[in-house]
Amino acid sequence: MAEVKITGLHKRYGAFHAVKGIDLHIPDGEFTVLVGPSGCGKSTLLRTIAGLEEASGGTIEIGGQVVNDHRPRDRDVAMVFQDYALYPHMTVANNIGFGLKARKMPRAEVEKRVTEAARMLGITQLLDRLPRQLSGGQRQRVAIGRAIVRNPRVFLFDEPLSNLDAQLRDEMRGEIKRLHQEIATTIIYVTHDQIEAMTLADRIVLMRDGVIEQQGAPLDLFERPATTFVAGFLGSPKMSFLPGKFLRDGSAAAISLGDVLMPLPPARASIAAADGQLILLGLRPEHLSRAEGPAPVPGHIRQEAVVDLIQPTGSRSYATLRLAGAPAMAELQAHDVSRPGERLAIDINMNRASIFDAQTQRAL
Amino acid sequence: MPSRPKSFSRRWRLAPILRFAYLAFFLLFVLVPIYWMFNTSIKPSDDYLAIPPVWFPDAPTLVHYEAALFAYRGLEGLINSLIISLSATVLSALLGTLMAYSLARYNTGGQHLSFWVLSQRFLPPVGIVLPLFLIYRNLGIHDTRFGLILAYTMFTLPVSVWMMFAYFRQMPKSMEEAALVDGWTRWQAFWRVAVPLAAPGIVAAAVFAFIACWTEFFFALVLTSRNAFTLPTVFRAFIGFQGAQYGEAAALAIVSLGPSIVLGVLAQKHLVRGLTLGAVRG
Ligand SMILES: Nc1ncnc2c1ncn2[C@@H]1O[C@H](COP(=O)(O)OP(=O)(O)OP(=O)(O)O)[C@@H](O)[C@H]1O
Ligand SMILES: [Mg+2]
Repeated sequence: MAEVKITGLHKRYGAFHAVKGIDLHIPDGEFTVLVGPSGCGKSTLLRTIAGLEEASGGTIEIGGQVVNDHRPRDRDVAMVFQDYALYPHMTVANNIGFGLKARKMPRAEVEKRVTEAARMLGITQLLDRLPRQLSGGQRQRVAIGRAIVRNPRVFLFDEPLSNLDAQLRDEMRGEIKRLHQEIATTIIYVTHDQIEAMTLADRIVLMRDGVIEQQGAPLDLFERPATTFVAGFLGSPKMSFLPGKFLRDGSAAAISLGDVLMPLPPARASIAAADGQLILLGLRPEHLSRAEGPAPVPGHIRQEAVVDLIQPTGSRSYATLRLAGAPAMAELQAHDVSRPGERLAIDINMNRASIFDAQTQRAL
Repeated sequence: MPSRPKSFSRRWRLAPILRFAYLAFFLLFVLVPIYWMFNTSIKPSDDYLAIPPVWFPDAPTLVHYEAALFAYRGLEGLINSLIISLSATVLSALLGTLMAYSLARYNTGGQHLSFWVLSQRFLPPVGIVLPLFLIYRNLGIHDTRFGLILAYTMFTLPVSVWMMFAYFRQMPKSMEEAALVDGWTRWQAFWRVAVPLAAPGIVAAAVFAFIACWTEFFFALVLTSRNAFTLPTVFRAFIGFQGAQYGEAAALAIVSLGPSIVLGVLAQKHLVRGLTLGAVRG
């Protein structure tokens, strides 16, 4: 149990700058998810915290103690690797107990703890097997067992579910979340899967090119993305970005997309944008719906659109629309839309729309 | 399937026969010379070159073995060879594993050291044997087992290092890293995780080193004389002015096969995996 505090952390591999000044404060017991596209430095950051990579600059504190110069074994963290990294020549029981033996724990105590961890993860009947005799999901559990049995101050997970099939991944995701609720230890979890990030995290740290793009509670990031990158990364299908112009007239404001004028609700009119500024209007699929009733509800605007492409998922259908000349994805009821080429009246929720500066790509 | 062409199904029945014939031929190819050697070692001298050849001697005899082992000091050579080859093999495997690990995991010496190690084998042995002889004489280790062990370790090391280097490089690092995070030191992670996982590679490298030492002639000839001589050098004595001692040569050859066969059987399981650099993840 410990907080983790990272200050001005850099990591260079020769000339390559993988982590470029990360500041991160993770309170005790928090489930933090590092997320970002491939190669953004998530694993590097995690491995530097574990002590498997040496920091090139900055400090790492665990439990109020600077651990930059500590060996991995002295940091009292446990790590679950993407490829599980089970010891192939040891039984499951020995795999799980290996870390306890390193700490010279008496044999009886090791056995007790291993049995307990195996019970928690439902792998008691596998204790005598070798890793190669296990399925992917079972190996995953052993890898987690090896981590929890140590009762470390911090858990580090590096994409632990990425090698599992979709169904097992959903199941293990739930189990990891439950595990965290039970043991309440600080967890730093790396993934590039935005659904994993949204569902597991107390806090998401979204990285890009070695820096933190934005961090906060999952819904904060989802609803108030600081940049188009964050907005595009979280949410599936992605947010649509429509290029337009911000217009201000006294206290009223609107956005023009080509020759379509979209007035902004009063709550959104006060954003820091100048008249005539080029912007990107960010619309999530769920903010576009089929028009109902004679007039749109306040904060919504009604707009005609042409259906380009339909992707039914069963309960809902994703329709790519041509909206004022630009493509935008809408999440509609399954039967709201029937065929491409169809003209639809769409209500757009302007209260939830995000507006970004077209130049800086930052939210306004 | 009725419509299947006839030649197709014929080929299927032909395949096992061809395979059998191929194996039988290959087996004969390998075993006949060995049998002939054994045959020669137990037949009286008059039968060596008899025409037609004597495939099964009427009166097998062990006199050639006795002569080869005692009169020609083959037994001493055998003991020397065993001690020298085994010691050099163990040293080469041990040092080779450590060096290879360091090259593979720490990139010791940058890009070039690993290749430099291998480049030691580019030099023809004849180029160093004379200097080595002079150095050995000055150091007083000429004609000692120690001297030959040293020389053999030195010249088997490059290949051991390279085989192990390749093995460690294809071994995922994450298991050792898991051990480090689990609370073990670098050294312990090496011994308890990396070495057991690299066992097939180590065994393969050791077998190669052993065979190289066991059959080495040139260094043994120059660096030893009456005391530390090895088995291969004993064979020199069988070809002399009075003709060749075929029986003795064959007897000693049969004796010298023994350790190689024992080693091969013991190491077979590991060897295949080691040579194919089999993946560690199961
Ligand atoms: N040992 C290394 N030597 C040189 N460059 C490295 C090394 N390890 C990582 N890198 C580089 O650092 C960058 C960040 O790598 P990292 O593994 O942290 O990415 P990641 O965010 O975990 O990506 P992924 O989602 O694909 O796992 C990458 O561009 C990678 O090529
Ligand atoms: Mg990674």
